[in-house]
Amino acid sequence: MNKYLVNLTINDIPVSVPEGTTILDAAKNLDFRIPTLCHHEDLCVAGNCRVCVVEQIGGKALTAACATPVSEGMQIHTNSALVRTARKTIIELLLSEHNSDCTKCYKNGNCELQSLAHEYRVGDHVFIDLVGTRKRVIDNLSPSIIKDDSKCIRCQRCVRTCSELQGVSALAVANKGDHMKISTFFDRPLVEVVCTNCGQCVNRCPVGALVEKTYVEEVWDAINNPNVHVVVQTAPAVRVAIGEELGYDAGERLTGKMVTALKRLGFDSVLDTDFTADLTILEEGTELLTRLKRALVDKDTTVALPMTTSCSPGWIKFIEHTFPEFLPNVSTCKSPQQMFGALAKTYYAQKKGLKAQDICVVSIMPCTAKKYEANRPEMRSSGYKDVNYVLTTRELGMMIKQAGINFQNLEDSHYDSIMGESTGAAVIFGATGGVMEAALRTVYEVVTGREVPFTNLNIVPVRGMEGVKEAKVKIEGCLPEWSFLEGIEVSCAVAHSLVNARDVMQAVKDGRAHYHFIEVMACPGGCLGGGGQPIPTNNEIRNKRAAAIYEEDAGLPLRKSHENPEVKMIYEEFLGAPNSHKSHALLHTHYIPRKRY
Amino acid sequence: MSSIKIELHENQVKELVEVCRSFNNEAGELINVLHKAQGIFGYLPAEVQEIVARELKVSVAKVYGVVTFYSFFTMVPKGQHPISICMGTACYVRGAEKVLDEFKRKLKVPVGETTPDGKFSLNCLRCVGACGLAPVVMVGDKTYGRVSPDGVKEILAEYA
Repeated sequence: MNKYLVNLTINDIPVSVPEGTTILDAAKNLDFRIPTLCHHEDLCVAGNCRVCVVEQIGGKALTAACATPVSEGMQIHTNSALVRTARKTIIELLLSEHNSDCTKCYKNGNCELQSLAHEYRVGDHVFIDLVGTRKRVIDNLSPSIIKDDSKCIRCQRCVRTCSELQGVSALAVANKGDHMKISTFFDRPLVEVVCTNCGQCVNRCPVGALVEKTYVEEVWDAINNPNVHVVVQTAPAVRVAIGEELGYDAGERLTGKMVTALKRLGFDSVLDTDFTADLTILEEGTELLTRLKRALVDKDTTVALPMTTSCSPGWIKFIEHTFPEFLPNVSTCKSPQQMFGALAKTYYAQKKGLKAQDICVVSIMPCTAKKYEANRPEMRSSGYKDVNYVLTTRELGMMIKQAGINFQNLEDSHYDSIMGESTGAAVIFGATGGVMEAALRTVYEVVTGREVPFTNLNIVPVRGMEGVKEAKVKIEGCLPEWSFLEGIEVSCAVAHSLVNARDVMQAVKDGRAHYHFIEVMACPGGCLGGGGQPIPTNNEIRNKRAAAIYEEDAGLPLRKSHENPEVKMIYEEFLGAPNSHKSHALLHTHYIPRKRY
Repeated sequence: MSSIKIELHENQVKELVEVCRSFNNEAGELINVLHKAQGIFGYLPAEVQEIVARELKVSVAKVYGVVTFYSFFTMVPKGQHPISICMGTACYVRGAEKVLDEFKRKLKVPVGETTPDGKFSLNCLRCVGACGLAPVVMVGDKTYGRVSPDGVKEILAEYA
């Protein structure tokens, strides 16, 4: 559809933009940045913080640039005396209700309100400080997220995130006027409500009202304890995002430097979650084939299909609350993080001659829900807590800075062995569609003995940022033992963002959609857009990280999970075969129906 | 408040589910449904909000947000005898506040709450249109005029 161009001036410079463009975006075209707090490009317009006010010549009052579309002949001033005064007053008003103990704040140095206060050189408080008059309630019961209302500026980015992107609405606006606050149901702690711990709110909170629970000090303690063997694993999406914490542009692949940095931090062994991602493909692929065989050959009507992936702990908590009747459909495979933890304290311990209780497993994850996952009571297959501490990409950035490591000058190095080897199929787990692509690369080849019929193994239909993607792969020329699959068109769906996952599951529930296999990632873009990733994260940044992930995959010599030599080795030496008794004991789990209302 | 689990009467729950259905279980009818729900239960505890959320398929946090926004909705059960003290201008200038203080002292509850025995709840309102009788107190549907702090004892005695 052709849109009309609208002509206006911003700070006396003429500009033409398509109708419907906001003043904020029109100003961006002219390289004028208008400050914002409640605005976030992933979310709908709120227009409640007012810091983006601009002056419209002839207008009655100042206008919120984020919420006002341009109109013909508009004359806008973004930095007039009136605007500057109003903006400074607004910042001062926000500060009068904001706990401004900045030096003690976890977000110190990465706070949008702090930056604005700095930019406008806000001095002594002009308005009466209201923070002290209110009772300070901090919800720190969740292993993932801390909510501190004394820092909240009520911009409602979190509320919109929870509802628009995730369809969860664990957070909503409660009370009114002076008492208005962001609240869960009856202000219950996050652990007691439908929160999935995805951390998308944490990633968007402009201040320190919602932050991850950090375990950096605990990890330093473990590193400094000579009696503890500290193993670190890094998720696929961390290597393409860590740079943003350390001064790089989005989309830099820094795997080698990151490994060197982790070694310098003092971890005893630097290993890769990608190894267990490959292992997941073998376990989950076998599980899918087993389910298909039971349905097609044994005509077992009780077998739960479609099968869904289980890598994303935000998704798991969501389905437990929202579609508990579909829990049998979720793959019983643990996530790669938890498979890694269970194997580190059994297989790895055995190979290295260590005792499980002397091993501390640390994960670097793009995710806050992984912190919750590691704390689930089911995740103790080794007899100990399989994964001791989970840090986000942001926390790893913090540790590297604390250690004074000059990251940019580091040489590349390789992951240690064992459990450090991976393939391109594991790397793409970090992007939406990646698990599906990796699974198809392996399953197709297992069944037919031939490579999946896509150029260069790139299964393009499952890539990209569309909310729900579908793909069909026709299986032809089966090996004799898989002949029951001959001619079958395997129907797959990929969803990211829980609001899309909900739509897909609802379609399945209503009988409107028929799939064999569904991949779900809780976060927009998959793990690369996870709640534990660098702030800010937006569509442009997600696309850059995704491009980096697919570059990493394309550049690796091995790109199919079943070709990972260490995966072959662990089946020979330890696990036997995929879905073996031992695999089930260590690598599979079960889920718990939970209440939504 | 929310830590006490309340058992709702089965027929009241049925009635509420029926109310939701009469509004086609539409999320947009949330306020109307809550209005009726408060009519059934007298107040809106967590358990009632959960049923409304489930029936209308909206999040419980959103329901809670609406309930806490509108002053008409209450999450505290009204007493057997709800006491309302008029704080309109006429009543106020003729000493309503002192009357209120006396009720607070006698009942040992703040405004907006209910006595532990569930007998009385204490609330303020703005003008009942009987300014000639100021200060005015209502207990249930009964109106008391020209109430003095000393008269509070007598009023309460009527309901002993």
